[in-house]
Amino acid sequence: MLAELGLAALWLATALAVLQILSGVMGLRGGDKASALAIYARPAAVVQAFLAVLAFCLLLWAFAITDLSIKLVATNSHSMKPMLYKLTGTWGNHEGSMLLWVAVLALSGGLLAGLEKRLPHKTMSATLAVQGFVALGFYAFLLLSSNPFERLPIPAVEGTGLNPLLQDIGLAIHPPTLYVGYVGLSVAFSLAMGALISKQVTPDFAKVMRPWVLFAWVFLTLGITAGSYWAYYELGWGGWWFWDPVENSSLMPWLAATALLHSVSVLAARDALRTWTIMLGVLAFSMSMLGTFLVRSGVLTSVHAFAVDPERGSFILILLGLYIGGALAIFAVRAGSIAEGKRFTATSREGALVFNNVMLSAILAIVLLGTLYPLLTEAFDVRVSVGPPYFNPASAIFAIPMFIVMAIGPLLRWKKDKPARIQFEISLIAAVAIAVVSLVAIIGDYSILAVLGLALSVALGIGALLPLRGRNIRTVPLATWGMIMAHFGVAVSLFGMASESAFTQERLAAVTPGSTEQLGDWNIELRSVDPIAGPNWTAVEARIAVSRGGEEPIVITPQARNFWAPAQATSESALVTRWDGQLYAVIGDQAQDGRWQLRVWWKPFVTFIWYGGLLISLGGILSIVGRVRVDLKRRTAIRKGKERRDDKAALSNEPLPEPAE
Amino acid sequence: MKAKHQRLALVVLALVAIIAAGLIATWTLRNQANYFYLPEQMAAEPPAVGQAVRLGGMVQAGSIAPQPDGITVKFVVTGNEASTIPVQYSGILPDLFVEGSGVVAEGSLGPDGVFQATNLLAKHDENYVPRELEGLEAHQAADYAAETTIGVD
Repeated sequence: MLAELGLAALWLATALAVLQILSGVMGLRGGDKASALAIYARPAAVVQAFLAVLAFCLLLWAFAITDLSIKLVATNSHSMKPMLYKLTGTWGNHEGSMLLWVAVLALSGGLLAGLEKRLPHKTMSATLAVQGFVALGFYAFLLLSSNPFERLPIPAVEGTGLNPLLQDIGLAIHPPTLYVGYVGLSVAFSLAMGALISKQVTPDFAKVMRPWVLFAWVFLTLGITAGSYWAYYELGWGGWWFWDPVENSSLMPWLAATALLHSVSVLAARDALRTWTIMLGVLAFSMSMLGTFLVRSGVLTSVHAFAVDPERGSFILILLGLYIGGALAIFAVRAGSIAEGKRFTATSREGALVFNNVMLSAILAIVLLGTLYPLLTEAFDVRVSVGPPYFNPASAIFAIPMFIVMAIGPLLRWKKDKPARIQFEISLIAAVAIAVVSLVAIIGDYSILAVLGLALSVALGIGALLPLRGRNIRTVPLATWGMIMAHFGVAVSLFGMASESAFTQERLAAVTPGSTEQLGDWNIELRSVDPIAGPNWTAVEARIAVSRGGEEPIVITPQARNFWAPAQATSESALVTRWDGQLYAVIGDQAQDGRWQLRVWWKPFVTFIWYGGLLISLGGILSIVGRVRVDLKRRTAIRKGKERRDDKAALSNEPLPEPAE
Repeated sequence: MKAKHQRLALVVLALVAIIAAGLIATWTLRNQANYFYLPEQMAAEPPAVGQAVRLGGMVQAGSIAPQPDGITVKFVVTGNEASTIPVQYSGILPDLFVEGSGVVAEGSLGPDGVFQATNLLAKHDENYVPRELEGLEAHQAADYAAETTIGVD
């Protein structure tokens, strides 16, 4: 019953998406005859959201009770799995994750339809029609090629289990977070297309679009941060970024969304960059579609790619071509009709934002080309792999000027400014950067990128805080705090990345229980190695006492695990977190003579990478809250003003004679 | 500057940056063409000593030799042809590193002709063969070895 109900909900939602498209198109045409159908666009989106979320909840339920008559559950779950991972297993596979994607898409469409009252009728109709189109494509994908509710002719006796690497809280929350980000960008895309179609690319429209972009961007940031930390501690190789195609698939929409976020803010505040904002809206969603395609199609393999199926790739590719091709066609026809925005000079806040927008786009191009290059050469039967030696220097060429402008940009005034006005700030930032470079050069011999990264991060950190100088802290708007915090977060992250790559120390040894190793000022003693058993795995667990200086030792327990359903081995690293870095330990194989392989890293300030990510997201959230609060206040003020006018009108009406009785 | 000109300037700036990015990418990627090596390629045209590259191939049967220090392993990587490259790696071996399995080693060629690996890449999946190695003859053997020897050294 469960599966059939879910399937029915999906088909109904599909029908409603069709209604939403028709109704939206009618609303756009206007006229009285059309409006009869036009009123259904909003309710269609809202009910559709309910149905899609219902379908997802039903699948969640099927996983919770391990309904082995459903193919998806049988192939991805196991009755003996812990409940948490039964639930997260719902999206730990292709069909389930696509259903989650669709549910989030429908939910955000429903929220937009239900809550957004400020947009002009035509823009709203066009937006809902576009949103309907996007949803329809994904419903079709789900129902025609990846039905999550497919039944088995004979229920399975037991499930095959979930990939052990996915049985981790990091991976449990990582994909949904990213999806919310991806899908949030679909709303930004629909809004951009809606404004373009109705020819109403205005600051008011940008104010409607901005929270959606912010929202998507916050989730993308969180998703990337969580994914990076997951790879770092779960894969056991101590790295936090691999330039892996799957990682790049989340980075590319983030880069586009970051550019979009800044340009939509310029449009909202200063009425400039109209066409550019629309273009970035299309680009950001294209990148999230491309990301989905790369991850889901299996055209690229990666350390992160799970549940791939080449046949489905073509479906997403067709959708990608349809949406992006369609969007670009409309853009080409309509771009000329977008009225000019306000002008600004090169040395202004807008100018700095445009520069950084362009740099972000260039980095995006670098990442995109590097990610797709192996695919292109493969068409000519040449297999290559593209790695850090390409990505690091090529993206740094554009990232370095971007960080410099990022440190100074927020200090500039809107519209027109003179660099001489902020001479003090510029000299301060430059002096700090130079001081850091010289300091690091004295300490030792480090890679150029690491030194530059350290200097830029400190300079950027100071630059991020400088807008507060000479201001009454209590009157700084929340949105400005958000900007400051996000920029400071970038500096913190960058500092972590540069420190980790410059100062990491490593010790690799074959040890017997009772022996002690030294790493920097850490004392590492292997106490014992014991076999242990978990709910669905067995492992060898090392007990290692670590201490620094004269501290009381802490016992950490890295494991080498063997799962049995499916049979697979993973290594569980053990971490000791201090304010100034992390100690990272992995246990390896036992050598013939009985000694155990032990690998320990001391990674200074590595945690700053993810703290920075959290700060960036928090900055985004502060911005949303700040904007919404200002918005609500304005609305209340308008309403009160209206009431006052009404009262006055009522007063002036008073002397009028009462209607005759 | 008129608004129209400003928009034009913006478009030109964006185009210049994107084209620059494209050129830098193409230029760097062409240098990257010799980032990934199969054993026969490395034997025919060895990279400069110390240059960071990746070597991909199959771990030759019977070639894995743990060293007395307990952390170093020597093995031989083969490809489709007879050419082989000796590899030395110090570190914790990936969970599915077995004879006959596909492996991608990151590192550089030493002056003695031994590839010094700093990192061994193997996806954590029992059926994984690195994409760069698909189509190698040893593929089947790798699958077989991986399926039958999980967790066994």
